Amino acid sequence: MAMPVTHYLRTSKMPHIWCAGCGHGIVLGAVLRAIDSLGLDKDEVCVVSGIGCASRAPGYLDFNTLHTTHGRAIAFATGIKMAKPELKVIVLTGDGDAAAIGGNHLIHAARRNIGITTVCFNNSIYGMTSGQYSPMTPTGSLASTAPYGNIEEPFDLCDLVYAAGASYVARGTAYHALLLSKLIAKAIATEGFSFVEAITQCPTYYGRRNNMRSAVDMLKWQKEHAVPVAAAAKMSAEELVGKFRIGELGTRTRPEYTRRYAAVIETAQKEEAEQDA
Amino acid sequence: MLSKAGTRLMQGNEACAEGAIAAGLRFFAGYPITPSTEIAEELALLLPKVGGKFIQMEDEIASISAIIGASLAGAKSMTATSGPGFSLKQEGIGFASYTEVPCVIVNVQRVGPSTGVPTAPAQGDVMQARWGTHGDHPIIVLCPSSVAETFTLIIEAFNISERWRIPVIFLMDEVVAHMREKVVVPDVSQIKLVERPRPQVAPDQYLPYAAGEDLVPPMADFGSGYRYHVTGLTHDQTGFPTTKAPEVGALARRLDAKMKRAAPHVTFVDELLVDDAEVAIFAYGVTARAAAKAVRDARAQGLKAGLIKAKTLWPFPSEHVRRVAERARAIVVPEMNMGQLVLEVERASAGRAKVAGLSRVDAEPITPDEILARLREV
Amino acid sequence: MPGSIEAGPAVEGRPAEVPVEINQKWCKGCDICVAFCPKEVLARPEGGKAQVAHPEKCTRCGLCEIMCPDLAIVVVPAARKGTSSRGQGGAADA
Repeated sequence: MAMPVTHYLRTSKMPHIWCAGCGHGIVLGAVLRAIDSLGLDKDEVCVVSGIGCASRAPGYLDFNTLHTTHGRAIAFATGIKMAKPELKVIVLTGDGDAAAIGGNHLIHAARRNIGITTVCFNNSIYGMTSGQYSPMTPTGSLASTAPYGNIEEPFDLCDLVYAAGASYVARGTAYHALLLSKLIAKAIATEGFSFVEAITQCPTYYGRRNNMRSAVDMLKWQKEHAVPVAAAAKMSAEELVGKFRIGELGTRTRPEYTRRYAAVIETAQKEEAEQDA
Repeated sequence: MLSKAGTRLMQGNEACAEGAIAAGLRFFAGYPITPSTEIAEELALLLPKVGGKFIQMEDEIASISAIIGASLAGAKSMTATSGPGFSLKQEGIGFASYTEVPCVIVNVQRVGPSTGVPTAPAQGDVMQARWGTHGDHPIIVLCPSSVAETFTLIIEAFNISERWRIPVIFLMDEVVAHMREKVVVPDVSQIKLVERPRPQVAPDQYLPYAAGEDLVPPMADFGSGYRYHVTGLTHDQTGFPTTKAPEVGALARRLDAKMKRAAPHVTFVDELLVDDAEVAIFAYGVTARAAAKAVRDARAQGLKAGLIKAKTLWPFPSEHVRRVAERARAIVVPEMNMGQLVLEVERASAGRAKVAGLSRVDAEPITPDEILARLREV
Repeated sequence: MPGSIEAGPAVEGRPAEVPVEINQKWCKGCDICVAFCPKEVLARPEGGKAQVAHPEKCTRCGLCEIMCPDLAIVVVPAARKGTSSRGQGGAADA
């Protein structure tokens, strides 16, 4: 029987700090519905974040929660998962936190295929510091540090993380909230490293500077520019210009890191026993 | 395989690794860097034997982050590095200090700054060990001067970190790290281990940062039924962020008071012939070895010298220095840096004795004769 | 619109209770629910919080609940036993 999201919230800490219309609350709702759909025990869930708007999420969640340093959530989470593999470790991070300062940890955690689910709240801007461009800001967009328009190309973060070795990579949007929660549930249920990029809106900084004044406009933009994977497969390159695919983008089966290390311990202890015998 | 009791010839880094396991280390995250790499290599081999876990992370920042995460999950954790990596870890050390997560950070000093001479000893990270990260923060810095001391002092490092929930910097240097010496490994049963204070209340009563009279909040492991919040933001007793002045001030003052409360329990100093010393030496790490020889040589030549060997650098052993300064006419402070702890010795002496530094910064350890010559000049 | 919406069981005439609860303290008045409700059930007075303006039109599809960034909206299960739409939140796959 599905619990309301309030079951997973530290309600005394609400309302949250995110601006009116910010998509982070929608993505967080999707995360909680995903956790609920899997029937996880609150005590076994550990949510880790770095620094930024999205990274304030754990404070509102009734789990083991850890708000770390900018970009390092996945490295902290690696330590938690190694020390206590039975925990469901979920990292909530923004596009700047994960793909800029945190990029090195992101690709290495994927390469190791350690059992961590990372949900990247991608609003293509640094919101907490009020509007600088990020590695996910589209070329040409305006930002406080791109007053002449962003001259950089954003990552395709899902391709990047999948190429690095992740077991499950998907992309969803705040608009397609129900699909997003299903993708996140699948990610959490995946044993290895799983990554979900959640396209979400920052009306306050990205929208205002890039003629999308309201959250509603930004959600409509998401609806009009998102193409489900199956549909995209039938579309030409020209038709896909300016669009992005949503759904499951990459799955593979690789041994999970802490399981592999458990085998190392077994070997080491067997050798030890033989020596002592 | 906990180290079997008995006498062994060990390298300093090896003693650091085996001592750490004897102290209950069960998670190590590190990154290769001369002259500390042997610690990682030893632990990669030994930790799985005791059901512990080793991981080589992608950089030093990831390493400090991972050990804090593992400690929150209940594992006694350590990382090891040298100058450049120690600089990278400072933000993480500050996080561990502010969130009061027990962990040990080994820094094997080499000639700095920058890349310097990776294979040569120095003592230039002493102030960084205390003030390397931003803001006021508690930190404890221990410093061995022999391989045997490395084994016993690293155990103290873990016990202190667990007892007081303060990160401990274990400051070695390349000589102590790479030399080999005899070590008497005690039987496991003789090693006293300390565990972090645990909550005595039910989860719904638990205030993760409410400290009792001893100023150390009880700490629950993640996943143990105490679902609580840890943040590097200034936080109140409940662990949640606050910007209210009284609460911001209260946290800063409690952490400072906790460090002062811990000081007498964590200050380890060996004194050699100081009671009748006319001139004394204040030394630590590799330099303390030459200083001990200089004391014996001076005495043999009729000059009453003594040695204050600091095994705890921070909190600085001011009392020990003050007492000696009241009797000796001078204190010589030989250091493999341009003069760092000499400033603290001056402050602690407060004019009672002349304080004279002796710096050597050319990648070679200071010799007994150099110290002896300095003793004669003061 | 994210796919077709299974209509919740219609309750004859005006439903006794309000189908959707909106936490007035958490709602920040962003208009997302008002804009995307398929039956225009919700409205928001100028400078105010979202309100259930036309409860009779509500099909309990659950879209407002899952799209509310303030987690302020909860769809109340229908009064009659056994036909609760609470379980699936109503909105189908995209």
